[in-house]
Amino acid sequence: MKGTEAFQELLPLINDEPVVHANGFICRESFALKDREANFYMIGSMGLASSIGLGVAMCKPDKKVIIIDGDGNVLMALGTLAMIAAEAPENLLHIVIDNEVYESTGSQRSLSNKVHLEKVAKSAGYKNALRVEQKEDIKAAYIKLKELPGPNFLLIKVEPCFDPSTGRVTHTPEEITERFMLAIR
Amino acid sequence: MSSLTSQSFIKRLVQEEYKFFTGVPCSLLSGLIYELESQDEVRYIPAVREDAAVGLCTGAYLAGTMPVLLMQNSGLGYSLNAFTSLNLIYKIPMLVIMSWRGKDGKDAPEHIIMGDIDKQLLKTAGMEYSLLSEENCEEVLKKAKQKITEEKLPYTLIVEKGLFDERH
Repeated sequence: MKGTEAFQELLPLINDEPVVHANGFICRESFALKDREANFYMIGSMGLASSIGLGVAMCKPDKKVIIIDGDGNVLMALGTLAMIAAEAPENLLHIVIDNEVYESTGSQRSLSNKVHLEKVAKSAGYKNALRVEQKEDIKAAYIKLKELPGPNFLLIKVEPCFDPSTGRVTHTPEEITERFMLAIR
Repeated sequence: MSSLTSQSFIKRLVQEEYKFFTGVPCSLLSGLIYELESQDEVRYIPAVREDAAVGLCTGAYLAGTMPVLLMQNSGLGYSLNAFTSLNLIYKIPMLVIMSWRGKDGKDAPEHIIMGDIDKQLLKTAGMEYSLLSEENCEEVLKKAKQKITEEKLPYTLIVEKGLFDERH
């Protein structure tokens, strides 16, 4: 499955949940396919989508909060998996689109071909962690992990396919803040 | 505020509607963190790194809760990219309480350079700060609140050794 196909499967399943996106390919692909006001596009600060998502989940316990992360981001902030596991917000679903490379900078390899991030998350203390390799399996895994009390982790293995001509997020950072805050108020 | 203690300062922060506390410890802030951990109406969330604490504060603010980050000045290095590529451009504020290790070159070697340049780094990044003291506490809290609510920018209060009690 290509990264774009994973997004095509995943995005229609999301309703009004706040979604925090990791920088690079994750932001740009999601923005290009389906822009939403409840999307927080983190265009810089690599590694922090997970801690931002944790903060939102802790302060909005009545909303299911979704993080769409990348393997490079998760590897940069492995310690945040421990923070999420220790805090254990039931309303948090951490999704990782794992293409095993830093795709938006030219597909340099990461380490996730050797390190199974869903196992790291489970060992850290996430309640449930699933790994999906076929696009037909995304829907069932997503629905299951969204319904079970979290924090839960969904790793989706994909092949790199990013088209660099995919535009960047066109909203200004300030606009992203304002509309996200209004949408999840 | 009559006399500034860890207890009175945390109480003032809570009165000012700061409700979310996280950070990475420093001995100079140990009294404050002890206070946060022992009070019922506030919570302190231990962070693994200062930049992760910035992320956590960012999420809290986006969800409508005013956050406070406590860290040693050594954490400024780790968190500078988070401030410049996230908070300063997205206008996501927080109150930063930063201890000043390495003041006047009198400290362990690892603190000397950061103790010398931390204020310049904040200034260069466009992040305002005040050196907190018993005398200026009310004034700088007001200034911080204004910066945070009106300009939506982080504001840093610098804590010198001896200002608050230490708990080892």
